[in-house]
Amino acid sequence: MPEIPERLKELLADFSFVTSRSERAELLIELADRFEPVPSRIAVPPYPEDHRVQYCESEAYVWAEDQPGDSLKFYFAVENPQGLSAMAMAVILDETLSGAPVEQVAQVAPDIVLKIFGNDISMGKGQGLMGMVSVVQAEARRRLAN
Amino acid sequence: MTDISERGYAHAEMLVSTEWVAEHLNDPNVRIIESDEDLLLYASGHVPGAVEVDWTADLNDPLRRDYLNREGFEALASRIGITPETLCVFYGDKNNWWAAYALWVFHLFGHTNARIMDGGRLKWVQEGRPMTREMPAYPRTRYTAPERDDSVVRAFRDHVMQHVEARRPLIDVRSPAEFSGERLHMEDYPNEGALRGGHIPGARNVPWSRAVNPQDGTFKPAEELRLIYEDEHELSPDDDVIVYCRIGERSSHTWFVLRYLLGYEKVRNYDGSWTEWGNLVNVPIER
Repeated sequence: MPEIPERLKELLADFSFVTSRSERAELLIELADRFEPVPSRIAVPPYPEDHRVQYCESEAYVWAEDQPGDSLKFYFAVENPQGLSAMAMAVILDETLSGAPVEQVAQVAPDIVLKIFGNDISMGKGQGLMGMVSVVQAEARRRLAN
Repeated sequence: MTDISERGYAHAEMLVSTEWVAEHLNDPNVRIIESDEDLLLYASGHVPGAVEVDWTADLNDPLRRDYLNREGFEALASRIGITPETLCVFYGDKNNWWAAYALWVFHLFGHTNARIMDGGRLKWVQEGRPMTREMPAYPRTRYTAPERDDSVVRAFRDHVMQHVEARRPLIDVRSPAEFSGERLHMEDYPNEGALRGGHIPGARNVPWSRAVNPQDGTFKPAEELRLIYEDEHELSPDDDVIVYCRIGERSSHTWFVLRYLLGYEKVRNYDGSWTEWGNLVNVPIER
């Protein structure tokens, strides 16, 4: 089994061809525009602290729902209406990791954030976005352990 | 929130309201500048006519850990079409955290003809004011800047050490968890970690965001700011104060509050901040 989920691999390949800051921003804004918050059947505000992403100043929350065939569906909430980067990251994680084999999701490294957002991302922003990956990864590991 | 002029600030003229900005969108003597923490915000929509100044791309030296030099600032100023006489009005996300940082860097080059839009991006959006994705194009200017002057508003580690030894006031504007050393940095993050946690001895912890009203991002009135900085933390307007955070960005916000809203004459920002102090060999640390 490949180490990285196929859809994530494709997305990282797309970002590897980005040559300018504005092109990267346009791609990420398009992703953020597709953000849909967690449905009410999964969670309603105020969201519980144990689903909150550490270090994320955009107040992101993550939920994982079991799916048939050893996979998970991920849901996100981003409480900061100006948290566009967190919304883009949520869409990326949902669209590339929901439904992927949990063994692969458990191996996804938080530093994909740097490949997507660029190495010059600020520390605060990088911490928060990597925190989102870490929660998704932890959910996959929990599923594997059960 | 009351009008800026009624809040008792020492230099109320350093803030402009969203209404003022709306009335000066086409003023050739004014340049509106957005500086954000979230790198996507400006491209997703901004105040019509506003240019972007980005911390990493525009204000830092690409090689050394330092700010741009005179030539770099002149190139930046020319690109955004300003002259030394242009009134630069900064705004941004996160309660103007990065806007204050950009304004502080402009001060290093003597461009003090600068203001902050009270409430920043949040208030502008809340009020339903126009936003655009159209990128403005201004004719390039020939901007002649003086050499960068680090002596007035910037502190280096030796100054901080002297401050510690003299027991002069230091304000650590990070979160309580960072101040206590409980939170250091995220593991695996390649760029900006620190090897030790805690704070500079004698520093008082006043998180930067206490100076703003979270509902609309406006600055609190002078009376409330004095309660925080003077009653709670024993600062006085004649103090020689150094502020710091992790890399000097959040502390530039507090620098602005102390320097202009409360009128402290001697306030410096230690931009080396915890990512320098927490990695230095053999310096004192308190937890």
